[in-house]
Amino acid sequence: MIKVQHEDFDPGDEIASLHQHAHIGAVVSFVGTVRDVNDDEKLSAMLLEHYPAMTQKSLEHIAESAKSRWDIVGLRIIHRVGYLQAADRIVFVGVASRHRRDAFNACEFIVDMLKTRAPFWKKEFLASGEQWVEAKAGDEEAACRWDLS
Amino acid sequence: MIIQVCYFARIREHLGLNEEHLSMPDGSSIEQVVDFLRLRGEPWSQVLAADQKILTAVNHEMSKGNRVLHNGDELAFFPPVTGG
Repeated sequence: MIKVQHEDFDPGDEIASLHQHAHIGAVVSFVGTVRDVNDDEKLSAMLLEHYPAMTQKSLEHIAESAKSRWDIVGLRIIHRVGYLQAADRIVFVGVASRHRRDAFNACEFIVDMLKTRAPFWKKEFLASGEQWVEAKAGDEEAACRWDLS
Repeated sequence: MIIQVCYFARIREHLGLNEEHLSMPDGSSIEQVVDFLRLRGEPWSQVLAADQKILTAVNHEMSKGNRVLHNGDELAFFPPVTGG
């Protein structure tokens, strides 16, 4: 299940929804939130822009790629867009599997791909003004660990 | 041929434009569209300068500069992504 939405989500509900089969042995989840500071400067809001026609397809591709690499029983990705405040939830990734290693790896893989392969852009609103967030070399390095050839 | 061109994030703001339709010679590549747009001068030549890190997608899939375009294609320009 993949959703791109303005509304908030309840991580507890999402995790519970992944516990649908008795043969599931592990559920690993990640929740990304808006930090209230960037380089010691207070952040008042964040805008998440995306490319609507491409986003869903891109997230489905990431999900399929994870499923082809690991034994995944259930998968949920929720990514919010629009204006967010400090401490708001941005993204949820949840993976259910028979064994924990698959769920840990798949969850981290999906988060790394979300940060480097899906068409989302963050803009920060700081006391000094607004600025687009620059892509981090470390995020690309993290994504490349997964042998994307 | 007519293609639809879309701009996102910092690029969209610098150009003050979300999207436009362009008439290009049949068989044009992404690189040729970029060259055409740069010839418009500022802000295009600056936003699409060779030293700018820009990603491109055709019909919602990431594509490289030598990709040949067809009538009706949707070409998007955007900066490196920062989601998650």
